Amino acid sequence: MAIDQATVRKIASLARIAISDAEAAAMEGELNGILGWVEQLGEVDVTGVEPMTAVIPNTLRLRDDVVDADPLTGGNRRDDVLANAPAPQHGFFGVPKVIE
Amino acid sequence: MTDYRIKGETGEWEVVIGLEVHAQITTNAKLFSGAATAFGAEPNTQVSLVDAAMPGMLPVPNRECIRQAVRTGMAIEAEINKWSRFDRKNYFYADLPQGYQISQLYHPLVGEGSLTIEADEKAGIPQAKRIGIERIHVEQDAGKLMHDQHPTMSYVDLNRSGVALMEIVSRPDMRSPAEAGAYVRKLRSILRYVGSCDGNMEEGSMRADVNVSVRKPGDEFGTRTETKNVNSVRFVMAVIEGEAKRQVELIESGGTVVQETRLYDPDRNETRSMRSKEDAHDYRYFPDPDLLPLILDDDFLAECRASLPELPDAKRARYLSEGISAYNADVLTAEVEAARWFDTLLEAGAKPVAAANWVTSELFGALNRLGRDISDSPVSPAQAAELLGLVADGTISGTIAKAVFEKMLETGDGAAAIVEREGLKQTSDTGAIEAEIAKVLAANADKVEQYKGGKEALFGFFVGQTMKAMQGKANPQVVNELLKKALG
Amino acid sequence: MTELTNLTVAEIRDGHRAGDFSAVEVAEAFNANVAGAKALNAFIVETPEHALAAAKQADADRAAGTLKPLSGVPIGMKDLFATNGVQTTAASHMLEGFVPRYESTVSQKLWDAGCGMLGKLNLDQFAMGSSNETSYFGNVISPWKRNDGGNAALAPGGSSGGSSSAIAARLCPAATGTDTGGSIRQPAAFTGISGIKPTYGRCSRWGIVAFASSLDQAGPMARDVRDCAIMLENMAGFDPKDATSLDMAVPNWEAALSSDLKGKTVGIPKEYRLDGIDPDIDAMWDAGIAMLKDAGAEVVEISLPHTKYALPAYYIIAPAEASSNLARYDGVRYGLRDLPQGAGLQDMYAATRAEGFGPEVKRRIMIGTYVLSAGFYDAYYTQAQKVRTLIARDFEQAFASCDVILAPTAPSAAFGLGEKMADPLAMYLNDVFAVPASLAGLPAMSVPAALNREGLPLGLQIIGKAFDEQGVLNAGLAIEERAGFTARAEKWW
Ligand SMILES: [Mg+2]
Ligand SMILES: [Zn+2]
Repeated sequence: MAIDQATVRKIASLARIAISDAEAAAMEGELNGILGWVEQLGEVDVTGVEPMTAVIPNTLRLRDDVVDADPLTGGNRRDDVLANAPAPQHGFFGVPKVIE
Repeated sequence: MTDYRIKGETGEWEVVIGLEVHAQITTNAKLFSGAATAFGAEPNTQVSLVDAAMPGMLPVPNRECIRQAVRTGMAIEAEINKWSRFDRKNYFYADLPQGYQISQLYHPLVGEGSLTIEADEKAGIPQAKRIGIERIHVEQDAGKLMHDQHPTMSYVDLNRSGVALMEIVSRPDMRSPAEAGAYVRKLRSILRYVGSCDGNMEEGSMRADVNVSVRKPGDEFGTRTETKNVNSVRFVMAVIEGEAKRQVELIESGGTVVQETRLYDPDRNETRSMRSKEDAHDYRYFPDPDLLPLILDDDFLAECRASLPELPDAKRARYLSEGISAYNADVLTAEVEAARWFDTLLEAGAKPVAAANWVTSELFGALNRLGRDISDSPVSPAQAAELLGLVADGTISGTIAKAVFEKMLETGDGAAAIVEREGLKQTSDTGAIEAEIAKVLAANADKVEQYKGGKEALFGFFVGQTMKAMQGKANPQVVNELLKKALG
Repeated sequence: MTELTNLTVAEIRDGHRAGDFSAVEVAEAFNANVAGAKALNAFIVETPEHALAAAKQADADRAAGTLKPLSGVPIGMKDLFATNGVQTTAASHMLEGFVPRYESTVSQKLWDAGCGMLGKLNLDQFAMGSSNETSYFGNVISPWKRNDGGNAALAPGGSSGGSSSAIAARLCPAATGTDTGGSIRQPAAFTGISGIKPTYGRCSRWGIVAFASSLDQAGPMARDVRDCAIMLENMAGFDPKDATSLDMAVPNWEAALSSDLKGKTVGIPKEYRLDGIDPDIDAMWDAGIAMLKDAGAEVVEISLPHTKYALPAYYIIAPAEASSNLARYDGVRYGLRDLPQGAGLQDMYAATRAEGFGPEVKRRIMIGTYVLSAGFYDAYYTQAQKVRTLIARDFEQAFASCDVILAPTAPSAAFGLGEKMADPLAMYLNDVFAVPASLAGLPAMSVPAALNREGLPLGLQIIGKAFDEQGVLNAGLAIEERAGFTARAEKWW
């Protein structure tokens, strides 16, 4: 399934990466090269094979319902959360105005 | 049958409704982090590094969220999937810090179930109806955007980001706004019984995505629209009514309904297309590689089941079997607090039918007047049982009971104490009653004549007069008997 | 006295404990080497003060008799680990200037064990690359040169190329690495050092900038096998903050090191014999087989029939996960924000991400986005995860008849910077031997085994059963003892 430049632009838009026409043109070749190569997976007979869900046998652990038990995963650290924000505003993150 | 139909120029249309209800799971901490979930906190204070999607942060699920979703599934008699897993739903928005929502698409925790809405002739639901529930999955809530604080900026508050939600997806089984309203009310009731969601729609604990399509009765399903985040039963009904009408008009004027996301504006009571969310959504769902499959063991499931309370339908059936009227049973079971209060009253020894009548009329009336909830009723079930006991054993009449109840509300004193103090004990002393009857009959000789001449309706008059003379404290049954004898 | 910077982790630890030198002397010596090696560009941030502070503490602890397992050992930290108060960039423009207010679990464990930090090591941007040429902060240069008299700058491997280059150049005795599809083993092989990727889940991923969650594993890189064991003991361990973390005790790997392989069986995967491969690689592999036999092991041929499909499966799964993991870099909460005049939110995302990600990162995000998109998900992603199941099954079956597997780490020695950048596919092929173990989550290590005709190091890879790091380390030790690899890059920087 070769992809064209329109598809490249569509993927870039889905991924929210601005690309120029020149970049789209360059990527078309690269992506087709890679996709063409990975498509050899289609040869593999996977009848009755389940997709991998856990690489090492392990079950999902569940946490107790306790607030701020560990400061590393708890709240009440607004300063830390906002410390690297490009546009902090009165305790909020500022973003360009969104029209809904 | 009084089917809900929209009359168009080309005939009658049927509306088909499915609801996706997002219910916030009642927990202390968020679904994947230890930050608090309390409503109304300062912006971004209930945000962990995990919720802010800092680099390298990882989710670890909260057991209570899973437990409550499982219990909810059991309450709607749904299949519980012992093997489920979380998927990522990828899209970019400022209220979604990770760039994806952790949700469940391929293997939800809860499968097929259903609930029953009761018949409600007045509302246009001629008979009880089962509404299918396709699934319940667990997912993260998004943050909040504020648009009115700055001329060129929107503000992001992540306090809600990562709060646990159940998405409860119905089958497209509803056919009228009334059915949809009843469904949401019933669902809310069940969630509150289970304790998995507080059902507080004003605070956003419950909100519905309303899927509406129209068709000519018997035709295939039409194209549906989805109106997002509708946060009251009234609005859900309004959305359906308006959206169905809009679709019928659109189709009849030669247009076609497009599958789209719409937004409800309660101020103008209309929906509009949400163009901002419309652009070619391709969510690229895939299993969240930070989380392993969720496998539930039998002990966990057994605990979930054992911890379920008696649910509204079972409770209603029990009340009916105890002779309580259908109307009262509905009223008493709708809200979990009322049902719990009523059950405590029964446990304290009150007789079901009398207790149901008293609660639905006297108690609810008083609470209404006082503007209080049953959870902070000034009279406890034990106190009410005492009052009803005095009526049941003939100590006081129903009339006196009303007065005693008023005094109880005023003073907080017990019924027996009030009756004692105020000397309200009802008398069955035949001598005293006969004396008063004699006086009443003597003073109303003309009416006695008329009664004897066949005007039997006057009997009530004599009862009333005698009771009045006895200051309400005579046992009405004894009065009846003695009067009949005297008028013989 | 030997130069302090030539000492291994074990020698520093033991020498410091014995009072042969102070930790401050060690820290100062390494700080000086770091400061004098700008030409290698191995560090993005140097933190001599951190190393010194830990050293002073180590000296005080020795005086007080409260030494910790790694007191006095300064190390390098791959700049993929979040370090509290120290810029953490994943070698990207996106995170330039990002200073986390938290510490990754693995780095915290190392500090708790007494280590000091010499600096944040350069890497391929977001750990995507096999040559360290995708860093926003410039290429890392390998200290090695070919013996052809030319002066070509060579790749230190990737993505942990800052780590490999720094260790090979004696800028630090050990460093952290992360391995998603070979990023510890391949750079170790390219620079003549050792490195181990433990079983998936041994080391917490909490606080490590994620590339591909189901593959990412931290591990140590050092000069020898013993040091890898020591470091890994202090990096591994259960972490309740990582849902994929293994809830298992950390074995005492160092104490159990043994190069006696009597009773062990080594599997040689026939599918790893690639046509047209560098004969030096094959020769090294054969020599390795002889060494393990000499150590008492029995050698058998095994088959891993789906080997050929590991790399293409990897290049679907890893980019798919990455495309989602990297969605958080959006210019809202931290990192770069590019807000063109009049741009709305979605324009800001697109501009920020166009500016903040390098070409290889974009390429992988694009691939990942495409393979997950509507209509393609099953054909690509589901198929790849099924193939991954088959690859894991291959190993399972192979391990029925052997204890460890021996193979080359990489299909070639280090290549020159720029030689493979034009062709992403050629670059990807570098990880052909490394990726299968990653897909199966198995422990695997690279140990230096020989020099090729050009005088460049080559590495042998040992792949073990899940949880059997000990078996891997022991086989590695057997090779190390017999290969007698003592070559080191001559100082030119
Ligand atoms: Mg919805
Ligand atoms: Zn949802």
